[in-house]
Amino acid sequence: MANKSILVVGGGISGLTAAVEAAEVGYEVFLVEKNPYLGGRVAQLNQYFPKLCPPNCGLEINFQRIKNNPKVRFITDSVVENISGEAGNFDVTVKTNPRYVNENCTGCNKCAEVCPAERDCAFDYGMSKTKAIYLPHQFAFPMRFAIDSEACQGSECGKCAEACPYGAIDLKMEAKTTTFNVGAVVWAAGWDPYDAKKISYYGFGQSENVITNVMLERLAAPSGPTKGKIVRPSDGKEINSIAFIQCAGSRDENHLNCCSSVCCLASLKQATYVREQYPDAKISVYFIDIRARGKFEDFYTRVQGEVGLNLIKGKAGDIKEDPQTKQLIVHAEDQVAGKITDEKYDLVVLATGMAPATREFKVPAGVSYDEDGFIASDPQVPGIYAAGCVKRPMDVAACVQDATAATLKAIQSTVRGQNNG
Amino acid sequence: MDKKIGLYICTGCGIGEALDIDALTKAGQEDSPACCKNHEFLCGEEGVQLIKQDIESGEVNAVVIAGCSSRVNYDVFNFGPEVLVDRVSLREQVVWTQPAGEEDTQMMAEDYVRMGMAKLGRMDLPEPYSPEGEELVKTIMVVGGGLTGMTAALEAANAGYKTLLVEKEAALGGWAAKLYKMAPIKGSFKELQDNCIPELIKQVEENQNITVYTGSKVEKTANGPGMFDVTINQGGKEVTERVGSIVLATGAKPYEADKLGHLGYGKSDKVITQAMFEEMAANGQLKGVEKIGFIQCAGSRDEEHLPYCSAACCVESMKQSITFKEINPEGIAYVFYRDIRSTGQYEHFYKSAQENGVIFVKYDQIDEVAENEGKLTVTLDDVLMGEKTEADEFDLIVLANGMVPTTALGELVQEPVEEEEDNGDEEQPTQPPVIKADLLNLEYRQGPELPILKYGFPDSHYICFPYETRRTGIYAAGAVRAPMDLVTTVEDATGAALKAIQCVEATYEGKAVHPRSGDMSYPEFYMNRCTQCKRCTEECPFGAINEDEKANPLPNPTRCRRCGTCMGACPERIISFKNYSVPMVGNMIKAIEVPEEDEEKPRILIFACENDAIPALDMAGINRLNYNAWVRIIPLRCLGSLNLIWVNDAMSSGFDGVFLLGCKHGDDYQCHFMKGSELAEYRLGKVSETLDRLGLESERVRMAQVTIMDYDKIPQMLDDFAEELDELGPNPMKDFQ
Repeated sequence: MANKSILVVGGGISGLTAAVEAAEVGYEVFLVEKNPYLGGRVAQLNQYFPKLCPPNCGLEINFQRIKNNPKVRFITDSVVENISGEAGNFDVTVKTNPRYVNENCTGCNKCAEVCPAERDCAFDYGMSKTKAIYLPHQFAFPMRFAIDSEACQGSECGKCAEACPYGAIDLKMEAKTTTFNVGAVVWAAGWDPYDAKKISYYGFGQSENVITNVMLERLAAPSGPTKGKIVRPSDGKEINSIAFIQCAGSRDENHLNCCSSVCCLASLKQATYVREQYPDAKISVYFIDIRARGKFEDFYTRVQGEVGLNLIKGKAGDIKEDPQTKQLIVHAEDQVAGKITDEKYDLVVLATGMAPATREFKVPAGVSYDEDGFIASDPQVPGIYAAGCVKRPMDVAACVQDATAATLKAIQSTVRGQNNG
Repeated sequence: MDKKIGLYICTGCGIGEALDIDALTKAGQEDSPACCKNHEFLCGEEGVQLIKQDIESGEVNAVVIAGCSSRVNYDVFNFGPEVLVDRVSLREQVVWTQPAGEEDTQMMAEDYVRMGMAKLGRMDLPEPYSPEGEELVKTIMVVGGGLTGMTAALEAANAGYKTLLVEKEAALGGWAAKLYKMAPIKGSFKELQDNCIPELIKQVEENQNITVYTGSKVEKTANGPGMFDVTINQGGKEVTERVGSIVLATGAKPYEADKLGHLGYGKSDKVITQAMFEEMAANGQLKGVEKIGFIQCAGSRDEEHLPYCSAACCVESMKQSITFKEINPEGIAYVFYRDIRSTGQYEHFYKSAQENGVIFVKYDQIDEVAENEGKLTVTLDDVLMGEKTEADEFDLIVLANGMVPTTALGELVQEPVEEEEDNGDEEQPTQPPVIKADLLNLEYRQGPELPILKYGFPDSHYICFPYETRRTGIYAAGAVRAPMDLVTTVEDATGAALKAIQCVEATYEGKAVHPRSGDMSYPEFYMNRCTQCKRCTEECPFGAINEDEKANPLPNPTRCRRCGTCMGACPERIISFKNYSVPMVGNMIKAIEVPEEDEEKPRILIFACENDAIPALDMAGINRLNYNAWVRIIPLRCLGSLNLIWVNDAMSSGFDGVFLLGCKHGDDYQCHFMKGSELAEYRLGKVSETLDRLGLESERVRMAQVTIMDYDKIPQMLDDFAEELDELGPNPMKDFQ
């Protein structure tokens, strides 16, 4: 008898969508997420383009859908280690890393009040600190604390466990491995920002005022490290000028061959954040093509009109820091003006592209990949379907569409399995 | 079944320290619950067991939990479908936002407990909707037999669903069938592909689950999801079919090239469209053409033609230029572009075109395409050369002429203009326009097709939920929904097929679809008191309510999304849900104690959208942001369900002000039911009359648009409002209580 349940790997917008869409047709879903919370990359975004609305709004609805649907079971802090078998009958091994906090946690914060150790906040891309026992972020679902084992001083300290009135902290918790059987798999592990340090001539990691687009999302977010104020990381000062460097890693055979699809629109969106806070700041965008496809053209036109952009067609060559002022000099060829320019900026944002999560962590099954590490469209392993940005760089709406499509493919596999079995 | 309510108060997470629990219990007992118990860790095993025992023993069958917000521990406090549960948020809404141990904090908590009891007292278990004497079916109808439609039909059929595929032409295939070669939709994204349509047609024809109607059009679509009665006209013969849900895959049409005279179309027969290029390629007419030019954005990205980008043309022109080079390896191909938009892996295809020797030239404006002695000359601003340039000696110029959705083609439905009573200059909320595109011919009071948004696309407007059109059970897919390329089309069609499947399954079980997925409540109409005012039929964002010739509402519950907009609209209050009604909220308002004027404790009633404003208020709590102690919050399904009687009741019972917290409306609306917050604000505009009658200032009632991230601003908003009310002085109606 074939199994009608579906494994969804990744709890970001693609994985969440796949999980609820399958469950709402009546399928059992196991959703596996490596972080201690669901929501993925979109939870870290300040706003979506083109509506400039908060991602938490849609996530809230999706979490409600999970809450109302007992068919979705999700497991955080976990990774899929092994998949064996065939469509309709896969055995899956999942490793759950210790969170050191169990279901008794009420989210009351007493533990964090007494914790003596700190860690870099991964949610804020290291731009802020949390205690070693922390709530992953304000909207975290599940609303439960977790302990960073690298920062935690361990049972010798144990202050959190003493402070917790609910017996929710177990500092001796160990990793555990579970296996279950499913009929199909949707792999929706998402993406990582391309490692900007690899584009050495842009100075990321050396010049503090060169940041990436994902970092700017946190800087602009009311829940972020600066409570939404966009300032220079080197000295916390306000900015008078900012440059967005498009295709930082994308459309580049030394880095990612493909186009990351969203960065143009993301930079246009981020330009609106800057303009709102700095009515007079100079905002430059260095680009090859502005890829505002389809109805996004509207957004492009609107931003050009309302924000006022200094658009420079030309790929930035390198970025150097003025050691005195910590300003950055962007060296580029302005192809329209036909000259080499060296402009100074207070802050530079690298529009780093999307590296598929499968570039680093492959699907533990015989799936093939393209040259950038995206799961190839074919040939696939029957019963295992890629969804969202592991397949192609795409925006949020496209991820939702694609995840919905992948879910139907997964359902078909379980139906086929049943007919055969 | 008699309702036996158990009230359970959790004293953990600081609740016990901040509040006088004995007094709180007393307040709860005013409504004489079947039992009233406290526990210091109610969500723990022992606490939950306490509740379960009472349920099992039959002592209680409905539960009020006064503790944390319903956004947490939802699974812990789920006692099965037979047990009604209401959660009173003492933690997030009281002890985390108010100073501990103070009289005002205690009063707030006591009010919330009384409100929870009152609410549950008026709630009943919903029963799933099942239309009497009607057969619900799970068949899916796909309209349009092109790439999108055939994909959707096959994908639904392969999941085991009976599918009808209706195509107006004599043969399946649509626009894509005419392509000589295809841009890649698989593999390395570097090479041309053979046309996939013949194979797809074969699969469709061989599939046992698919019934194909070619040479057919949908004449009429009546009823609603699960029971759409469709009249199909097949070459003059009428067939009726019952289907459960619909995928609209009627695609797009190329933008009319006749309007592109400025690019030489119609002036020279050597200026052709993308479609004509395909025909020429297929007929071998390209052989020997020495020099060809492709002009991108011919119509698109142009305010005078199509303001949007047609999304697919860049990749299509790459395909055509590579095709041309394959046919004529020595030939010269130029692509004149503004921005090359080959996103994702299509970047590989762009590189292929360049490697094939296709020359790409960026332009700002094309001045002219002129024929001279059999050759064409293009005059343009060459952006990179920085000057006016002439490119000449072209044998052919292909215009990448973009696409227009089929939903945009037709006459606009005009609402009959009725004489309005008195609000001449007041702007009324309107439904989005509907164009008579002759695709579905819906028998809906609000018009015969999917409503259109910008540029004639029936898009959902949602980033997070791109399949949500405003007609339940009808999902647009492919180029009719938004401009898109082939890869996206296939994915979109597949996704839409799943949404269609979901809808038939949910409808079969009497449940709502997104966003209140699984909700079994539905609006019931007490028709005896209906005054035929038509507000419900006009305001329903989903066109769920038809009208008979006497303007009586004819509800179609399977079209309903359960937002309650009709309930809010109805001046006679004849519409209610089993678990959500005008009296339910009315009783919650009554449950709030309004102190006498000399106590100097004003009261502000807040109606908050449960989708965004309530989570934002929770966040204020999680961040321990203190806010005004006079407020009492009532969550609403959507502000669209706000019935003005509540505002009247509140004002006449001595509340000093009423504040609505709803989602953003306007072009970039965030309301999950499209119009809810806008309608609430509109209705609020009508309250001033009542206030005048009561001798009250209209400033006492207002609305703010908030997002889920405004939690840091809401406390200030509440304080500011309280201050303004303070200046106005107490509500004089307090004296009449």
